[in-house]
Amino acid sequence: MIDLQHVNKWYGQYHALDNVTGQIKKGEVVVVCGPSGSGKSTMIRTLNRLETIQSGRIFVNGEDIYSPGHDVNKLRAGIGFVFQQFNLFPHLSARENVMLSPLKVAGMSKAEASDLAAELLTKVGLEHRIDAMPAQLSGGQQQRVAIARALAQKPPLILFDEPTSALDPEMVGEVLSVMKQLASEGMTMVVVTHEMGFAQEVADRIWFMDAGKILEEALPRDFFSAPKHPRAQRFLADILSPKMVGHAPDAAEALA
Amino acid sequence: MDFQLSFLMSSNVLPLLLQGAATTVRLFSTAWIIGILVAFLLVGLRAVPNRWIGRIVALFVEYHRNVPTVVQIMVWYFGMPEILPQDIKLWINRGDTEFLFAMIALGLNVSAFFAEDIRSGMRAVPHTQLEAARSIGLSAFGALIYVLLPQALRISVPPLINRSLILFKDTSLAMAIGVAELSYQTKAIENLSFRSLEVFFASTVFYLLASLALMGIGAWFSRRFPPAFKG
Repeated sequence: MIDLQHVNKWYGQYHALDNVTGQIKKGEVVVVCGPSGSGKSTMIRTLNRLETIQSGRIFVNGEDIYSPGHDVNKLRAGIGFVFQQFNLFPHLSARENVMLSPLKVAGMSKAEASDLAAELLTKVGLEHRIDAMPAQLSGGQQQRVAIARALAQKPPLILFDEPTSALDPEMVGEVLSVMKQLASEGMTMVVVTHEMGFAQEVADRIWFMDAGKILEEALPRDFFSAPKHPRAQRFLADILSPKMVGHAPDAAEALA
Repeated sequence: MDFQLSFLMSSNVLPLLLQGAATTVRLFSTAWIIGILVAFLLVGLRAVPNRWIGRIVALFVEYHRNVPTVVQIMVWYFGMPEILPQDIKLWINRGDTEFLFAMIALGLNVSAFFAEDIRSGMRAVPHTQLEAARSIGLSAFGALIYVLLPQALRISVPPLINRSLILFKDTSLAMAIGVAELSYQTKAIENLSFRSLEVFFASTVFYLLASLALMGIGAWFSRRFPPAFKG
């Protein structure tokens, strides 16, 4: 479904994506992890052309999406994208946020789009907040509306760019459980996340990135039990048992 | 001091006042419509990635913001006919020349301010809103119409209302070129009758009530479409 071939991107001198090559099959859940600044978000944003690339090719459903004249609106209409900061439209209610793409892109009737929105908001557990404005919703609820908005495009593929990183810890679970449900229904998903529990449980494959390169591609059980690349070993050691720095022994004890 | 309300109601005063008030309202509304249309055009032109277009728009805006409005009106009325071709001049002179030039001058003047108010509203909408709009498949135009402008205009409404009030009061400057709007009629009646108190009282009350009504519309809009989107 997705095929990246030798993709390179520079921000000025900075090599953000370094010869990235990889494939994602239909129905697969791929979790992309790695330290900050490793190019994970840049990579996932290239898949619906929110970023430009300088060389290489990316195919989605067999089409070269960076070829000149490729219809970017049609490409994006077929891909859901969930942002770290939700990016709901603040002037529209939850229902209207979900309805916008069916109405204005897919050309659905108002009644159909409204029914679809109600159905999807129920699916993400927000049947009681259908007509709430985004500002009235918690972070976790907003992100679930954002997932419903992506689902309203009826996409075969959804991209998640750190969907839980902006959430309070107690709201992470509600978003992850919606994502797990989508995965179990066979949705193709690319997920940039630091939630290693989710990766272990849901991912079919892990891509580990650093310095703009995919350093390791592995099955979750192999990646978590025996990471091959030294950078991946260090990364896992750091996030699974974070070292306290500075005057932290007291805090470490308090947390233990 | 004798204040005679009946003087205002007399048959040779009241029609003049009403006619003046009607001209004021007509001048305000036509200039306002020109202003908002040209403002959107200016905002659109500013978005064109061409340095010269940007500079011309900036010059247009700075001229209209920094030259006294009454001078701008006079430039149109006394200056433009010198430049315009004979045919157009004759065509304009067949109609209400004073009103037409006052309308154009005030409309262009307010467009410069409207454009800046709309532009600052657009800049207050985070760039991520555009990304989100495009990511659900909307075109650039669709994103503008359904996502960016509705948010930007809510932010722009208080300054737009404020500027509309100033435009309403600025219509009185058109008396400088002889447009028979309310201030012109007020002055004319006062000149003939010397009943200064009554006639200025009447026009003051009219300006005040109309301005309050405009503010009321603004307040209603801001309540109905709150910019902060709080629940």
